[in-house]
This record gives sequence, C-alpha cells and structure tokens, in this order.
Amino acid sequence: MSWSPRQKRFGLIAAGVLTLSVAAAFVLNAFNSNLVFFFTPTQVLNGEAPRNKMFRIGGMVKADSLQRDGTQVSFVVTDTMHDITVHYSGLLPDLFKEGKGVVAQGLLDDKGVMTAKEVLAKHDENYMPPEAQHALDQAAQARAAQSVKP
Amino acid sequence: MIPELGQFSLVLATVLSVVLGVLPLWGTLNRNTVWQSLARPTALLQFGLVLLSFVCLSLAFLGNDFSVKYVAEHSNRLLPKAYQFAAVWGGHEGSLLLWVLMLTGWTAAVAMFSQSLPLAMVARVLGVLGLVSVGFMAFILFTSNPFDRLFPIPADGRDLNPLLQDPGLVIHPPMLYMGYVGMSVAFAFAIAALISGRLDAAWARWSRPWTVIAWAFLTFGIGLGSWWAYYELGWGGWWFWDPVENASLMPWLVGTALIHSLMVTEKRGSFKAWTVLLAIAAFSLSLLGTFLVRSGVLTSVHAFATDPARGVFILCFLAVVVGASLTLFAWRAPAVTLGGSMGLISRESFLLLNSVLLVVATGAVLLGTLYPLVIDALNLGKLSVGPPYFNLVFAPLMVPLLFVLVPGTVAHWREARLNDMVFELRWVGLGALLLAIVLPFMFGKWSAGTALGVFLGMWVALGSLQHVVERIRKPGRIGGSFWGMHLAHFGLAVVVLGITGVKSYEVERDVRMSLGDTVTIAPYTFRLADMVDVNGPNYKATQAHVEVLKNDRLIEVLYPEKRRYFSSAMPMTEAAIDSGLLRDLYVSLGDPIAGDIPSWSMRVYYKPFVPWLWTGVLLMVFGGVLAALDRRYRRRSVSPLQTAGEALSSAS
Repeated sequence: MSWSPRQKRFGLIAAGVLTLSVAAAFVLNAFNSNLVFFFTPTQVLNGEAPRNKMFRIGGMVKADSLQRDGTQVSFVVTDTMHDITVHYSGLLPDLFKEGKGVVAQGLLDDKGVMTAKEVLAKHDENYMPPEAQHALDQAAQARAAQSVKP
Repeated sequence: MIPELGQFSLVLATVLSVVLGVLPLWGTLNRNTVWQSLARPTALLQFGLVLLSFVCLSLAFLGNDFSVKYVAEHSNRLLPKAYQFAAVWGGHEGSLLLWVLMLTGWTAAVAMFSQSLPLAMVARVLGVLGLVSVGFMAFILFTSNPFDRLFPIPADGRDLNPLLQDPGLVIHPPMLYMGYVGMSVAFAFAIAALISGRLDAAWARWSRPWTVIAWAFLTFGIGLGSWWAYYELGWGGWWFWDPVENASLMPWLVGTALIHSLMVTEKRGSFKAWTVLLAIAAFSLSLLGTFLVRSGVLTSVHAFATDPARGVFILCFLAVVVGASLTLFAWRAPAVTLGGSMGLISRESFLLLNSVLLVVATGAVLLGTLYPLVIDALNLGKLSVGPPYFNLVFAPLMVPLLFVLVPGTVAHWREARLNDMVFELRWVGLGALLLAIVLPFMFGKWSAGTALGVFLGMWVALGSLQHVVERIRKPGRIGGSFWGMHLAHFGLAVVVLGITGVKSYEVERDVRMSLGDTVTIAPYTFRLADMVDVNGPNYKATQAHVEVLKNDRLIEVLYPEKRRYFSSAMPMTEAAIDSGLLRDLYVSLGDPIAGDIPSWSMRVYYKPFVPWLWTGVLLMVFGGVLAALDRRYRRRSVSPLQTAGEALSSAS
C-alpha cells in the first residue's frame, strides 16, 4: 500500500472515530434497554410500574407472610400502606427475614403478583436496603399527609 | 498509652508529608539541591512513622484494648488471633491507615530504588507523592481517626463482620490497596514529567516497572476479591458487576491500557500525551473507587459507615487531584513533541486500538456504575443497572481486544506488512479455529458463543506459544519483559477459556433434601448423608455431610455449613467446594424446611473451569512481576542516545 502520510493519518483518525461512535451507540443502546427502575408497593398498585419489563420493589417482608413449598417461596412485601405478593424459586439470602427490609427484582403478572428473579437482602443485619427504606419513608409521608387532611 | 503513641506518630508523619510535598518541589523550582535532596530521607522517615502508627493499632487489636473505639467496634475476645490482626483493616478507619501505610511504603520504595534517576526527578516524584499523602493523612486525622477512645470501656468488642472472617479477607484488601496506591506512583511520575516538561523515553522507562508492578498487585487483589465472593457469599458467582467490583475494575482497565501505552512511549516516543492522560485517569479512578466504597453512597460489605463528611472530603480531594492535574496537562501538553511516524498497520496502531477499546470499556463501566448514583442524588428516581447491561457491553468490546492482541505482539514497529502477519499467524489461526469447532462438542452442546470464546482463548494462547518457541530458537538472552508479556497474555487466555467454560456449561439445582436424598448432575450424584451440629471458636453451625458419587463410586464428601455467630443474629452460609482440574462441585446449605420429616433447601452447582479463572489470574500476576523485574530497568543510568538506539534496533 502506498499511502501518503496525510492519507494515513486521515485513515487512522477516520477509523478511530468510526470505532468510537459504533461503540458509543452500542453502549448507549444496551444501557437504555437494561435500566431497572425501582417502585414502592404503593406506586405499583397505582399502576406506575411497567408491565413486561423487569423492575424492583422494596419494603419490609410482612410478618407471617413467608410460605415455602419445596424450594418455591412466596412472601409479601409491604411499605406499611400497601402489599405486593412475591413468588420466588430458590435459596433466599442469609439475611432474609420477616419484618426486615428486602428488595426484589422481577416481572409483575396480571394478578399483581411479582415473580422475582432476584431477592436482595444484603450483607449486614443492621443494614436496610436504601430502596426499602425509601419505600417506607414514602408511605410514612403519605400517611402523615392523610392524617392531617381530615 | 500505645494508641496515643500511634496517634502521635501519625500526626508527625502528616507534618513530614507536608514537608515532603513542599520543600523538594520548591527546591526544583529555584534549583536548590539541598532542598531537593531532602526528599529521600523525608520519604523514608515518613514511612517509618506510619509503620509505627500501624503497629500501635495492631497491638491495640491483639491486646483487646476495647477502650479504643475502632477496636471495640471491629474485634472480640473470641475472635481468632489471625482475624484480630486482619480486623485492623476490617473497618473504615483502619483500612485507610493501611492505605496510607501502602502509600508511604511505595514512596519509600521509590526513594530507595531510584538511584539511577536525576535528583530533580526524584524530588518531583517524591514531592507529588508527598502531596497525595497529605490529603489522605488529613482525611484520617480529621474524619476517620482509628485511635479515638471510647468511654465507658466495654467489656468485649462487637466482633468483626462474619463475612470478613476469612483467609481471603486477610490478604485481599492489602493486595488491592497495593494496586490502587501503586497507581499513585505512575501518576506521580507523569505529573513530575509534566512539571519538568520532559516527557521523554527516559520518563516512560522509569515509570514502566512501577506501573507494571502496581498493575500486578491490582490484578491479584481483584482476583482474590472474586475468589472470596465465589466461595464466601455462597451464590456460586465470581463476578457480580457490583459497583464495588466495578470500582476496582476501572483502574485495572485503564492501568492495562497504561502499561501498553507506556511501552509505545518508551520504544517509539509516541503517545506521550495519551500516556500521561491514562496515568492521571488510572489514579483518579482509584480515588473514585475509594470515594464510592468509603463514602457510603454505595451500600455493601465494603461500606462500613455512612458519614457525609467523609464522602465530601474524598470528593473534594478527587476534584483537586483531577482539576490540578488536568490544568497542568493543558498548560504543558502543547509543548509535548510528537513521536515517530506510525503506519496504518503497525504495532503502534494495534496498541492504539488496545488503548481505545480498554478506555471505551472503562467508560461503559463508569456509566453503568455512576448513572444510578447521579439520578438518585438529583432525586430523579431510583434505578439500577444490572449485570445484563455490563455483560452485553463488555463482551463485544473484549472480542476485538483479544483478537488484535495476537497480531499486536507480532507486528513490527512503524510499519508492518499485513501479508507477512497473515502468513506468520496462519497455523495459530487455523489451530484456534479447529479447536473452536471441536472442543465445545467434547463438553456438551456446541454454540456459537462457546466457539467464539474458545477461539479467542486459543488464539491468544497459541499465538503466545508460537512467539515464545520462535524466540527460543533464536540466539541471545531473553529478557524478563518478554517472558512476562507472554505469561500474562497466556494467563488472560486461560481466564477467557475459564469464563467461556463456566458460562457455557454450568449447571445449578435448587433442591429440597432430606437425609438420604440424592440429586444428580451427570455424571455426579450428590447424597445428603448426615446433618450435624458443630461448634466453632465464635460460632455454632449446622453442617451437612454431602457425599459426591461418580459412577456409583464415592469421590468426595463435602461439608457445607450454616453458621450462627455469637456476636450477631446474622446467619452465614459457608459453601463447600471440591475443586478439580476441569471443574468445581459447589454445595451451599439453605434453610430448614418445615415438614413431617426434616429437610433443608440446598443449592448444588456443577461449575466447570472455575479453577482456570484463578490460575489465569495468577499467571497474569507472575507475568507482571517478571516484566517489572526485567534487568534492563535496573541499569545505573540511561542515556537518551542508548534509548534511541534500542528503539531503532527493536524497530528493525
């Protein structure tokens, strides 16, 4: 190949820009389709959560709501205002407990039941997942606002 | 008394770091050689004082001195001695002290092993490192003092987080920190070169062994973290794309780009500005990692405490470091000369592609890691970016990277001929292709993804082997950096093959088991033989005896546990793993399930090729160490002429 230095430099720069823009387009596309949004149980019941797309809910595991059938488990996530039933198949994390914070990620079916792919309750007994805390705070605020009204 | 001594020596060390950060640099400006020559002894003394401080904190831990708040919060009388020592860096304050110990250690090492450098350069490098130390020591003293006392004195401590009571923890943080902090040396060299305006081959040559050794530590630290997560978290996963993991991966990616770019700068005098930017980026990302992990914006096993003051401090420090170095860069970069010309197909162009791909990958990881935090901070909602994004983005970027790796090692500098390279690599390519077609059948189902993984792994492995064989046939001494490069590339190939294997053929079963029940993952059968209670030093555990049979023959008994530590209500899953050459068998014990006959939920995994991940990482680490120890870096003095001569000879 007998390219002049200018042509070479141009070729290099063009190849670089092309590679970068393809990569960027690709990255942003993947990014956009893989964001997982978070909703509180109240928001889910208000119909704010997406159908046919994974999302996360958080709150407390309602007391006495945990049921096991073999490796199938179901439990209720509550923000103290509203409840969502979650089905999950598999081992629950060590720190999963009734009355403690939890975050579940999965799909919502037509009956308003979530089938979770993932249940998170992380790392430290005193630790509340921030999303779960957020859900409880939102509910507490809503309740405070209601109790002022009448 | 001992904690006060530790505190006092830390304060003294801080004062010394101010001296180190100011006087030698000032000396280089007004050509005062006395001030410049202060750098070496100050650096050594500073290290000695921090070491003393660290020893004091360790003694407080080993002596169960619960009057020290940090000790009371992270240790316990029942904790085994080794973990009492490891608990020194089991929390925020102590791990920062370890960080500073490493930083001053690297500084002292530069002071000792820099005999061949001009005095002014030593003064600048140590001065910049001194400034970095000032920031971190001020951080410890003002926001995170490990020597604070506690009153009233508790009878016993709160114990170390059970997740951290593990041999992996004893060495994972120190290794990772060695890597993180080591990047500060590369950064200091780059800044020193910018200040002096001499961005030349000599600078790249001085910087290379330090950067490579830091990279090796970082690699080892990340590998250990992954290994720890694999066997300790009980989920059978080895990489979760957790923000904390990403925080260590980003400096690694940029560091990898940096060691390759430094090579071009040394050999050919090109890519100078780019190399400097990479050095700045690698250190800034290390700081960003510290910020993410330590500020409490992320919650994980690493986020020990949430104290806004700490986050703000690191963020400010990060802003100062990035702002100051980029300003310096903008001021000095126009003076940087361009290096030799490069052809469209040449070793330079392959290495440029390597840099670009690694930086794009870093950008993608950065986007996925920071975006949720930014959105949350702006109150625009809560969201997360999960593993699917990272997998989707990362794999396609690594494919071309692995592909160009091999031609990159055989291409000539300046101008390479495509035909020659195709000819030279024909057997490597054909061999890898053949293996990619055949091997997947031998382990199960053939799929295009598996074949691609096998092809890339074999391509890199065979490419390295061929190059090594050809080189051995030629006369002449083979340098450490040659062996190092090929060992590291070979290790990378082993990691790629391992990832391909485990992703393609892993099997996971969630089952409910009573005594005597079996579960089969061909050709292995797992049988729950017994369930017993065991007592550990600071915990009680339920232990399952799981017999593993292959062709009706007992090959192994696994003992997964569910532990309850006395000091916390938190149960801990302790997985049991049987490792072989080609596979791991992994069993973790879940909760008991209520019913007529006692039964437990269990998770059983067949994890092929997982040991290859750790083996590959170790090979990469050894490769890095070998390359850094290459004899040519330790010559007494290097004249510019000699460097230019070598560049010419290696170009031919």
